[in-house]
Amino acid sequence: MEDRVESFVELIRRAATDLPADVEMALRAAREREEPGTAAAGALDAILQNVELARKRSTPICQDTGVPLFYVHYPVGTSPRLLRSQIERAVVEATRRAYLRPNAVDPLTGRNSGNNLGRGFPVFHFEEWEENFLRVDLLLKGGGSENVSAQYKLPYAPLKAGRDLEGVRKVVLDAVYRAQGKGCAPGILGVAIGADRGTGYVYAKEQLFRPLDDTNPVPELAALEDRLLREANELSIGPMGFGGKTTLLGVKIGAYHRLPACYFVTVAYMCWACRRARMEVRDGVVRYNGGGDGDV
Amino acid sequence: MAWSGTMEAEMATYELETPIPEGAIRALHVGDTVYLSGLIVTGRDAAHKYMVENFIRVEEVPESERALYEELRRLLNGGVIYHCGPVVRQREDGRWEFVAAGPTTSIREEPYEADVIAHFGLRGVIGKGGMGPRTLQACQEHGAVYFHAVGGAASLIADAVKEVVTVYKKEEFGIPEAFWVIRVEGFPVVVTMDTHGRSIHEQVERSSRDALGRLVGSAI
Repeated sequence: MEDRVESFVELIRRAATDLPADVEMALRAAREREEPGTAAAGALDAILQNVELARKRSTPICQDTGVPLFYVHYPVGTSPRLLRSQIERAVVEATRRAYLRPNAVDPLTGRNSGNNLGRGFPVFHFEEWEENFLRVDLLLKGGGSENVSAQYKLPYAPLKAGRDLEGVRKVVLDAVYRAQGKGCAPGILGVAIGADRGTGYVYAKEQLFRPLDDTNPVPELAALEDRLLREANELSIGPMGFGGKTTLLGVKIGAYHRLPACYFVTVAYMCWACRRARMEVRDGVVRYNGGGDGDV
Repeated sequence: MAWSGTMEAEMATYELETPIPEGAIRALHVGDTVYLSGLIVTGRDAAHKYMVENFIRVEEVPESERALYEELRRLLNGGVIYHCGPVVRQREDGRWEFVAAGPTTSIREEPYEADVIAHFGLRGVIGKGGMGPRTLQACQEHGAVYFHAVGGAASLIADAVKEVVTVYKKEEFGIPEAFWVIRVEGFPVVVTMDTHGRSIHEQVERSSRDALGRLVGSAI
């Protein structure tokens, strides 16, 4: 297999130091909605200035470069083991170049490995697919947003939330309320309905790869996404929890089959700095974020 | 109506330099913007646990930790602690620089912060997300405020860090968790908890709880 370590470093650099265009656009729209002179408007101004500065200097948008989550789709005949080893080398190099903060801490000794490698760190999801090209999606998800993510089990008595989409709506709003500004609002929600507990979180995080302006192909879910976005913003938690009109930038929901006895609703909260990037390799040519050769 | 819209007329802007006199801190109100300058110290989870276990809830500071204790007493008296785990880079001459340095979530330090404020005579805590009732009470009693920095605005804030003076406990705690002593200029923050017992976080929490009750059709 060809050595693509440097291309993977570039994927990490792009994810850490720039925002996807749809997210930046949503932040600009949020800035327009807030009253000038409010703490909410000030926070969004700082966020937008920061994004421009980070892009210009190629420095991390946020110091918490999080857990790097790699979702890899590979064609028949590619070795996931070799891919993992190349991506791990790229992670070490990206840490050395200060695109990533060393974030892997051994819970037994309290020691930071210093290079972002550790047991279960970074996180990989490999899947073979029918396409004949390689796709690597990367999400950098910080600890603040991870701490306010939540999993509910329906029925949920405190909210009288039953085993239906109305119950889902109630617990998702509860999760947004509980997060307040702590996950770095305005956030983006990835929601998984159903599945087992572990798969619920994996699938909820997968939703975060969807562009903010896409439409859910399942009409019930599309309607629920719109309603939840509107209602979450009515909580008026606002940017950074300062109060304001934009509490969320988007809600993305997927549904998996569940066990008869289980009805989980898993909410993966992503901060405004939704640092996702995509790399594809077709016929030996590397492309990023759906763009042209080596560029967007 | 969102809370932030109602306070406009009262919001003021200040420039403060560490060490900050108590009077200047007591003059601040929630909603005020402050540009901070001078020496500040980063400290987050490991640092707070360490300070409480080695300096505060002990009969005597262990011999091995005494030098650092004296140094922190000097820096934190009238000083400011910053909940931050930076991305840093070491220059060829061996000096460090901050590349990205936004705030981390403060509430994790709630079990410790009131004691740290009281013990060292802190005048301010910088972080994000706000803190709880014990810290708010310590702010009132000892003359300190909570400064909210913009979460995720890491490159922008790193711009305000003019010098990394020194670092303590880097090997033991790791880069994100170490005590970094930094000199800042014009570090932009908003006061969200003041010495008058007011907290934006408490107010937004309350109003959003009411809104949630309306949306889910039951009292929370």
